[in-house]
Amino acid sequence: MRHIISIMLENEPGALSRVAGLFSARGYNIETLTVAPTEDESLSRMTIVTTGSDDVVEQITKQLNKLVEVVKVVDLSEAAHIERELMLIKVRAMGKEREEMKRMSDIFRGRIIDVTESTYTIELTGTGAKLDAFIQALEHSAILETVRTGASGIGRGERVLKV
Amino acid sequence: MELTGAEIVVKCLQAEGVEYVFGYPGGAVLFIYDELFKQDKVKHILVRHEQGATHAADGYSRSSDKVGVALVTSGPGVTNAVTGIATAYMDSIPMVIITGQVPTHAIGLDAFQECDTVGITRPCVKHNFLVKDVKDLALTIKKAFYLAKSGRPGPVLVDIPKDVTSAKCPFQYPETVTMRSYNPVVKGHPGQIKKAVQLLAEANRPIVYAGGGVVLSGAAKQLTTLVRMLGFPCTNTLMGLGGYPATDPLFLGMLGMHGTYEANMAMQNCDVLLAVGARFDDRVIGNPAHFGQVQRKIIHIDIDPSSISKRVKVDVPIVGNVSDVLEELSRQLEAAGYKPNQKALSAWWSQIGLWKSKDCLKYDKKSKIIKPQFVLERLYEITKGDAFVTSDVGQHQMWAAQFYKFDKPRRWINSGGLGTMGFGLPAAMGVQFANPGATVACVTGEASIQMCIQELSTCKQYRLPIKIVNLNNKYMGMVRQWQQFFHGNRYSESYMDALPDFVKLAESYGHVGIKVEEPGDVEAALKDAFKRKNDLVFLDFVTDQTENVYPMVQGGKGLTEMILAEEL
Repeated sequence: MRHIISIMLENEPGALSRVAGLFSARGYNIETLTVAPTEDESLSRMTIVTTGSDDVVEQITKQLNKLVEVVKVVDLSEAAHIERELMLIKVRAMGKEREEMKRMSDIFRGRIIDVTESTYTIELTGTGAKLDAFIQALEHSAILETVRTGASGIGRGERVLKV
Repeated sequence: MELTGAEIVVKCLQAEGVEYVFGYPGGAVLFIYDELFKQDKVKHILVRHEQGATHAADGYSRSSDKVGVALVTSGPGVTNAVTGIATAYMDSIPMVIITGQVPTHAIGLDAFQECDTVGITRPCVKHNFLVKDVKDLALTIKKAFYLAKSGRPGPVLVDIPKDVTSAKCPFQYPETVTMRSYNPVVKGHPGQIKKAVQLLAEANRPIVYAGGGVVLSGAAKQLTTLVRMLGFPCTNTLMGLGGYPATDPLFLGMLGMHGTYEANMAMQNCDVLLAVGARFDDRVIGNPAHFGQVQRKIIHIDIDPSSISKRVKVDVPIVGNVSDVLEELSRQLEAAGYKPNQKALSAWWSQIGLWKSKDCLKYDKKSKIIKPQFVLERLYEITKGDAFVTSDVGQHQMWAAQFYKFDKPRRWINSGGLGTMGFGLPAAMGVQFANPGATVACVTGEASIQMCIQELSTCKQYRLPIKIVNLNNKYMGMVRQWQQFFHGNRYSESYMDALPDFVKLAESYGHVGIKVEEPGDVEAALKDAFKRKNDLVFLDFVTDQTENVYPMVQGGKGLTEMILAEEL
């Protein structure tokens, strides 16, 4: 099962490596990991997408909680939540491909943010699945480069993860 | 008044009431050593290798309930200390390790004796810090001691660059420390405790399985009270020995890979299992799938939530400090007017009696060659069961655990989790410092003892009258045993040729050495050794090379699939 785990942690040097080290040392999967400071600059917010059985995910949250710099851990997938990921994708766009590529980008609500004679760079946000779908929809050889941020997540409604 | 970082380090240690620092100097810690020199409250013990410093600090802590402190220099000082830090981490021993680091401006530039200390030790400490500003130093050391001893204890490392030890700032040692990200639970959840009480009251075939958490949380008394009130059988893990009195009739001995037949059988066949400060590890319950074949209700008390339902799913988890939870359990049982279910319990005890009658620890007492078990039985008698016993790792460790009956906690000092050969002698030094005047024996083998043999020199310098009981069978005995059982008697690299003459070796360090080759001489040699109150005595027992530790559960097998002595 895919889980999306949100972590509030002290914004201190080395905190990221403690989390990453925990995952590698205990053999847990990391699909994506994003981290950045919050409005309170002493805190960072991290989102990890991982896969594992319920037992494994239970251990992951317990082990994360054990890290001294981790303030809070929530498995967002336990309740309604919103998930977004940003992708920048550079594609080949020449001749009649240019119109087709523009149309495809529009369908997925992407934005073309850089243009050359032969390429478009498209910015796309959405769930990981949507970004996957966009990549699937393109002809493979048209893709020149992709950069994805990994998912960020937040609980739906009034549920707030705060210290 | 402004103090230097080095002065601050020493003032902090004094404020924490640290008696001893086990360490080894080097370039990056020279300012700290200079400050140690100028005072006499904190005594520095000079070891001969940094591994010895960490093991000694560890033994000091295990035998006293105080935080052990080690001080080493940067680079190789740290890497040498890593084995000792990992040893303490695996057994949850509270320690503070202060390490020197190259000056802040040199960090990352591959400076002389530089290593990424925080990176190298990250997976084997409870927490670690790199102090880049002298203004953070006092608070960081305060946090280190607080983290080391609170919650699930463990080693905490503070890495201090050399320029931070010479920089100055005003000093005030914080009285208390709070960390928003660290709030260990102490009291157990009342609802869970209530459920536990009910399960215990309804049990027909109960067992109490208690581990190192009992010793660490100082809960031996609470455990004993509870078990006696319940009238249940009790077994200890290797780390838990002494947590329940071994001579008590309710005690079934150690369980696990080399546990007693009765303890393992009772563990497997119980209907209610009370696990206390133990973690169902692979050396204790064997294959979890096999263990899970039997329906039973499990209550698990542990301060660390991640220890609960890690290898075995439990029914009633209770997160909290073991001593607090046990006390509350006893109180509630008493309040509920608990009376043992005599009929069910006596049937259970008679079943256990049948298992006991296997006499699973029997060995050939008429042997013409010294049997290691015989040496340990005599050791137990001659020290009246009241010694502090450290051990290294291997067969001798298991025999010591089986044959020395520990009635008190903190008397049995061994590396259970990491299984570190070389632990025994330096740990014994720490034990002797924590317990001056006490009888300290180091049970070891000729392979293990050579891994930290240099500490004999430290023992001489500080006149530590440790008694080394060397069970010398010329083999890495446990390796040889596995090779015999599982690798077709191919003793690949487990025989140790060219051993030193341990008597002369001991003498060259200024100690007393005694070699014992006949079973008839064992007792006299031990008596002689323990009479020498001021000498370290190295007893070199030439023991049976082919003796094996029984019972044995093969790795990956079920707990009750034991190999017993008579079957071979």
